[in-house]
Amino acid sequence: MSAEAVLRATLVVFLAAMLQTVIVSSLVIGGGAPDVLLVVVVAVGLVRGSVPGAVFGFAGGLVVDLLTLDTMGITSLVLTLAGFWAGRYGETTGRDRRFAPVIAVGTVTLAAGLFGYVLHYMLGEEVAAHQALVTALMPAFALNLVLALPLCALVRRMVGEGERTESSREVEVLLG
Amino acid sequence: MGVLVLLSLVLITLSFRSEENGPVASVQSAGSTVLRPFAVGFERVAQPFRDGYGWIESLLDARSDAERLRVENRELRQRAIQSEFARQENDYLRRLLTYVDSVRFPGDFDPVAAEVIGRPAGAFTQAIVLAAGSGSGIRVNDPVVTADGLVGLVTRVTPNTARVQLLIDEEAAASAIDLRTSAPGIVRHARGTRETLVLDRVRKQDRVTVGDEIVTAGWRASGLSSLYPKGIPIGKVTSVGQTDTDLFQQVQVDPFVDFGSLDAVLVLVPTERRR
Repeated sequence: MSAEAVLRATLVVFLAAMLQTVIVSSLVIGGGAPDVLLVVVVAVGLVRGSVPGAVFGFAGGLVVDLLTLDTMGITSLVLTLAGFWAGRYGETTGRDRRFAPVIAVGTVTLAAGLFGYVLHYMLGEEVAAHQALVTALMPAFALNLVLALPLCALVRRMVGEGERTESSREVEVLLG
Repeated sequence: MGVLVLLSLVLITLSFRSEENGPVASVQSAGSTVLRPFAVGFERVAQPFRDGYGWIESLLDARSDAERLRVENRELRQRAIQSEFARQENDYLRRLLTYVDSVRFPGDFDPVAAEVIGRPAGAFTQAIVLAAGSGSGIRVNDPVVTADGLVGLVTRVTPNTARVQLLIDEEAAASAIDLRTSAPGIVRHARGTRETLVLDRVRKQDRVTVGDEIVTAGWRASGLSSLYPKGIPIGKVTSVGQTDTDLFQQVQVDPFVDFGSLDAVLVLVPTERRR
């Protein structure tokens, strides 16, 4: 990634983290709130690859954990894995698919919700499964899907596509 | 990627194992202080939009609200006169007995008004972050209220920010009483709902009816006392039920505070600490 692309991605992720913490988290619609930062991290992973996805996921999570005085590392861990997975998906099966952002955001939202619940449960925090996995997660899933295409387009425009290696049309296997 | 995952796990471990003034808390405090101006800026930009949304929403309910408030106003006017008589009588009797009371709300507190600048994402914790901290006299375990009633308790403090655990969090609870009958119980979050509370541990022989107001109990016993002063409004009873097998009544409470639209709150700092 060029220095300019890094700077642009940093700005986009920072703004998304601030927007999520200050404004979007309190916009509860149907019992859940959208997760703009998660969608942006997935978008960065899709357009720039798995390593930038993981790095910016970690950074965005760190900003959220610092600002909300939450247990340090929890949001970073969830978003690092989300960014990395989205990057791998974009580099492999999701490549050139029109609805790759929607599929990636949907999958990551559900996986992050489930992983977050397990993580909080393992840390001994009281979280009602129904509240976390149904009442709040399902509306968040729907809202994130709505945001997927416009936010991914915005991130692609702001950050730019990563360099791609052309796939080979055929592979020669040498035996013996 | 492995390094970042490992780093996250190290941060989680250190966060849990280090003390309140440990290195991780110091880093978080410094980070929070650096990010605070950005959060305040975002909040200021968002506020007009929030106000606009609230204004449109309130227009839809304006007519029914006006009628309800007119009826409520008549009732409250009568109760205010009765309360004034009772207060004067109470003051006179207290003076006669030289009665020593526990801390009272709001008389024994200096409220610190603070703007809400953040909320954690997801349904795992119900908390808010305030734009005021230990520099304003706020400490851990200070109660937080609005004009409507009890909001929660301060759980973490940095010099310029504070984290408040809302009463609707799974881990929050407050000792409370029915204002009409003094039936005691513990208010906590009702599972499976977002903003409903239950008054738990109410004995079957105690009388609680729909419409009763629930306030903080503010108990004191054996040198220990409740974190909340007595008399902070919490909510109104919406349903009461009991089964033969349950030991306690099932009392559902609708909170007075709208936890979804908190813009500013008051942190109750004891007057003694301010002196």
